[in-house]
Amino acid sequence: MEMVEKKKQPNYYFIWFLLLVLTVVEVGIAYLSGLPRSVLILVLVGLAIWKATLVAMYYMHLRFERLRVILLASAPLPLAVILVLAILLEYAR
Amino acid sequence: MNEAITLPGGVKAEPGMRIYNQKLGMWVFLASEVMFFTGLIGAYIILRFGASAWALPGVPLDEGGTPLNINLTAFNTFVLICSSVTMVKGFASIEQGDQKNLKRFLLATVLLGAAFVGIQVMEYIELAREGFLPHCSEELATVVPSCHLFGSTFYTMTGFHGAHVSIGVLCMVWVTVKAFRGGYTKESHGGVEVIGLYWHFVDLVWIILFTIVYLI
Repeated sequence: MEMVEKKKQPNYYFIWFLLLVLTVVEVGIAYLSGLPRSVLILVLVGLAIWKATLVAMYYMHLRFERLRVILLASAPLPLAVILVLAILLEYAR
Repeated sequence: MNEAITLPGGVKAEPGMRIYNQKLGMWVFLASEVMFFTGLIGAYIILRFGASAWALPGVPLDEGGTPLNINLTAFNTFVLICSSVTMVKGFASIEQGDQKNLKRFLLATVLLGAAFVGIQVMEYIELAREGFLPHCSEELATVVPSCHLFGSTFYTMTGFHGAHVSIGVLCMVWVTVKAFRGGYTKESHGGVEVIGLYWHFVDLVWIILFTIVYLI
């Protein structure tokens, strides 16, 4: 199993630090924030998506992969969004 | 790597994606896993928003608060994030041909992964003792809103994730033993990359679950 390409290496410890800070911010917001509930949910989900994107881009190296691998990895995302939206619409009915 | 591979019967396989088979297989598997966890999250959304009330974080238990220990789980999230950085550093080490650091980082990843599972088991034991189960105790059901529904969805989602982490730890042990036997080199270390992809995916899923199940 040969490796064919050499990837650029990001600063993994900086990403780790960023993930740590975002987690602390998330917990702080969930506990202390006086935000309206709908805004709170949007902010927390936004932070979680940001963290997940950091992991996928830098730890799973998607940022440095070929386009075809990025497309393969992204393929289920529209389906996942459609599934969640369909469920939310079902709930809203 | 990019040349055609001869399969049994003399059939030439097309190197379409130009990545090695194990990595391609892992990405396809992870794509299916995205849909698996989306199904679970979708079920949680419809059950939760369909319920008349739900336990909230930051509220005392007797006022409709959550029985979950958010501080402990936040620490566990930190443990899993640490295991992701050790995993990727192990991979980066062997890319440079650094076997010594590969072994160190893989060992650290195994220990951190096992710690995550251990803390989750402790959390389950504590919650069960308090009566928070897929079918809550009668006492807890009177104070926690939609307790049975909350318990069922909580254990389903975190349980499936915990099973994924446990399988990941077992695979990681295998990769670590192979690393200690000198099985990976600068030129050939696909096993480390493939198990790393799985491990980071498990971390990524937890990031989403932690927010949805514990914080919202």
